[in-house]
Amino acid sequence: MVADAPNGNDITRTGFDPGAEWFAALHEEPNGIDSLTLQTHTSETAAVAEICGGFDNDPHRMLDILRQVQERYCWISPQAMRVIADLTGLTPIAVEGVASFYSFLSLSLRGRVTIRLCDDIIDRFSGLGAITEAFETGLGIKVGGTSANGAFSLEFTPCIGLCDQAPAAMVGDVVLTALTPQKASRIAEALKAGQSPEDLVSQRFGDLSPHERAERMVENNIRHAGAVLLGPVAADAGLRNGLDLSPPQIIDTVEASGLRGCGGAGFTTGRKWRMAATEQAERRFVICNADEGEPGTFKDRVLLTERPHLLIEGMTIAARAVGASQGIVYLRGEYVYLRDHIEAVLADRRARGLLGKAILGADGFDFDIRLQMGAGAYICGEEGALISSCEGLPGEPKTRPPYPVTRGYLGFPTVVNNAETFCHAARILDRGARWFSAMGCQGSHGTKLFSVSGDCLNPGIYELPYGQTVQELLEMAGAEDAAAVLVGGPSGTMIGRDTFHRRLCFDDLATGGAVVVFSHRRNILEIVEYYMSFFVHESCGYCTPCRVGNVFLQKAIGKFRDGKANPGDIDYLRDLSSTIIETSRCGLGMTSPNPILSTLENFPLVYSAMVKPTRDRIRDTFDIQSAIDGARKLARRRSHIFDRDFTE
Amino acid sequence: MSEPPRARIATASLAGCFGCHMAILDMDERLIELTKLVEIDRSPLTDIKSFTRRADIGIIEGGCCNEENVHVLRDFRRNCDVLIALGQCAIMGGLPAMRNAIMHSDEPLRECLEEAFISGRNIRNTTHNIPNDPALPLLLDEVYACSEVVEIDYQIPGCAPSGDIIFDTLSRLLTGRFRGFGRDMIKFD
Ligand SMILES: Cc1cc2nc3c(=O)[nH]c(=O)nc-3n(C[C@H](O)[C@H](O)[C@H](O)COP(=O)(O)O)c2cc1C
Ligand code: SF4
Ligand code: SF4
Ligand code: FES
Repeated sequence: MVADAPNGNDITRTGFDPGAEWFAALHEEPNGIDSLTLQTHTSETAAVAEICGGFDNDPHRMLDILRQVQERYCWISPQAMRVIADLTGLTPIAVEGVASFYSFLSLSLRGRVTIRLCDDIIDRFSGLGAITEAFETGLGIKVGGTSANGAFSLEFTPCIGLCDQAPAAMVGDVVLTALTPQKASRIAEALKAGQSPEDLVSQRFGDLSPHERAERMVENNIRHAGAVLLGPVAADAGLRNGLDLSPPQIIDTVEASGLRGCGGAGFTTGRKWRMAATEQAERRFVICNADEGEPGTFKDRVLLTERPHLLIEGMTIAARAVGASQGIVYLRGEYVYLRDHIEAVLADRRARGLLGKAILGADGFDFDIRLQMGAGAYICGEEGALISSCEGLPGEPKTRPPYPVTRGYLGFPTVVNNAETFCHAARILDRGARWFSAMGCQGSHGTKLFSVSGDCLNPGIYELPYGQTVQELLEMAGAEDAAAVLVGGPSGTMIGRDTFHRRLCFDDLATGGAVVVFSHRRNILEIVEYYMSFFVHESCGYCTPCRVGNVFLQKAIGKFRDGKANPGDIDYLRDLSSTIIETSRCGLGMTSPNPILSTLENFPLVYSAMVKPTRDRIRDTFDIQSAIDGARKLARRRSHIFDRDFTE
Repeated sequence: MSEPPRARIATASLAGCFGCHMAILDMDERLIELTKLVEIDRSPLTDIKSFTRRADIGIIEGGCCNEENVHVLRDFRRNCDVLIALGQCAIMGGLPAMRNAIMHSDEPLRECLEEAFISGRNIRNTTHNIPNDPALPLLLDEVYACSEVVEIDYQIPGCAPSGDIIFDTLSRLLTGRFRGFGRDMIKFD
């Protein structure tokens, strides 16, 4: 076992009860611990200290530190947390607070390779069950388990942004798509035979460029290129134009274009930049939100793969507009396969004078960007939580106001924009505000990337001007038998056939990009129940109505599915939903009841068909026979009340 | 002059501790006032064991943990115009529903009984048996709130509810003036 560990002396990884060790660590007496353990502790201490040193022992880089420790030791041991706490000047419990928050970090030992199967409803509908079985059989472990030799862990994870090629999975740091049970078995065999996850992608993985690797793993599926983002793009033309403009002129241009944020909320980008620019402050920051966690959304993935220069160009323009000298790209942990690619782009731009000091020779225009990896938490897409995460804290939203534009990263004015928003901004600086605002419709200008997945022939990315109808998009995607479409992901709206004429724009159906198609074969309540379980899983837990209320909502939907719902339960769903919406602190709680509310509105029959009426005001949904069955068997006698044939 | 007909009230204690019935007595001297408006039919307070006629109001303490509770509760629903769940046990299952927390077991009921009668730390049970007299009603798989078994018209919160809130609710219901609880009545800290 010891020899199997990634570094041989690391025996604390095997067979240790973390709880017990935590206790021991707190009450450490040198002579109470055997010398071998002490030795391992010493080597782990040194290695962890080195990792911390790599980040200048900066507590704000906690997430990076923990990610590296996790990568090296496959868990964050109490010992490691203590060392980190010492060096960063925090308490161990604060470190544990971060380590326990993110699903890619673990407080118990994981396998050297973690296989994460996307268990989103799309994947379930495309055969996840058989694939899970194939992995379980192939690896000899159940989902949630780790193999005895410490080689593998198998887990479920919510949407990993590969919905157009579901079923999909992460294997270590690589991703695998369009899985079949046969493929899954082959993968399991290869891994067991000692191949690395990278070998699964290509035997020459090391020789490929980061971009080639990404392309080898994932199809872009660009089905329709529009005029702004996915058509031909002149390199850095926007940035060069921006250099001829003053910062206020840049902001005026962006504002005049009518560009609104593409991350979901649709705030006017120009106004956001102006607010950050006019705030009195010593420093300012620009952050790109590439967390893309809304199930069914994968458009930023394609931009990051195919338009990374445009994205960084947009951030650089924003930096000039607001006067920021530092930026962060927050990349979701699930997109770690794109990390080297983005790093390479950043390095290339530094080398070409497009990032760093005196950009393009403009004196005083200094701006550089660091890549911040996330670690598996949907809530980190919320801008406050994203900032918390960049600051090395658990990814919890912040109370607003103050908004990030006044007090954001480290307390300084911060512009947080979606990846697509930055790309649009760069194009607007190239082609002009009027060119952009002429596209789209009133109130929603320009184009938008839609990521279409689910029951359709052509899942993928469609860049369309705002204002197209859902029907038009469905026709392009070959979704003839669509019965329900989820626009904007679970936090958006589920519509039915009779409203497919609705328009994709901010004034009608707003969306961050997700369009998930469900055919008439799908069970609406099953879909709703899945999405509620998603929100239950992803709630950060700060607000009771969100943490607990969503559990109750999920349970209530379960009652409907089991045919155990009472007529009053429909009102209960509505009441509880409005309580959660009204009393939650952030957008997650404010939108989490949407799968229920929008299906109650657009598919009312689905609910009413499952409701059982009461007779004599006695509930039919309570089944006395099944309720006493266990006791009947335990007591080995029958009921003198409810068994008709009972005789003494 | 004949007195106006008095409302008929029935009460029952299901899976509760009788605390809620004690709380009814906490109305103290107001009980005298109340008895001018009501007469008590089936109830542990009168020791009448079954309905003699239809009642206007039924008051239930405790949730349902066994078959008999279900039987009694259904009987109350059939025989009462208005049914009130009194106290947390009746409303949500309360303390007895702690056994619903045994979830990660194939046989939660057996596990619960074994701990309660055999393996529990402070158990001194020389027979080492789980009581199983034929007169004992069969237990339900879980403890259920009253509203899961029948429709409940009103719920009076508290463990136990105060004499004040019981008096206030009953007297208003009887005079047709009940409009929900005042904030001071349901503020517990
Ligand atoms: C729970 C939650 C998750 C979010 N996830 C994302 C995300 O993955 N990507 C994103 O750009 N915005 C996301 N947002 C919206 C951000 O909070 C923020 O509004 C956005 O990044 C601002 O950029 P924009 O104006 O360019 O859209 C999320 C919001 C909430 C409440
Ligand atoms: S609404 Fe939910 S996710 Fe948002 S802060 Fe509250 S508990 Fe956290
Ligand atoms: S609510 Fe409280 S007082 Fe009433 S029966 Fe339950 S435990 Fe006893
Ligand atoms: S990757 Fe599975 S649904 Fe998005």
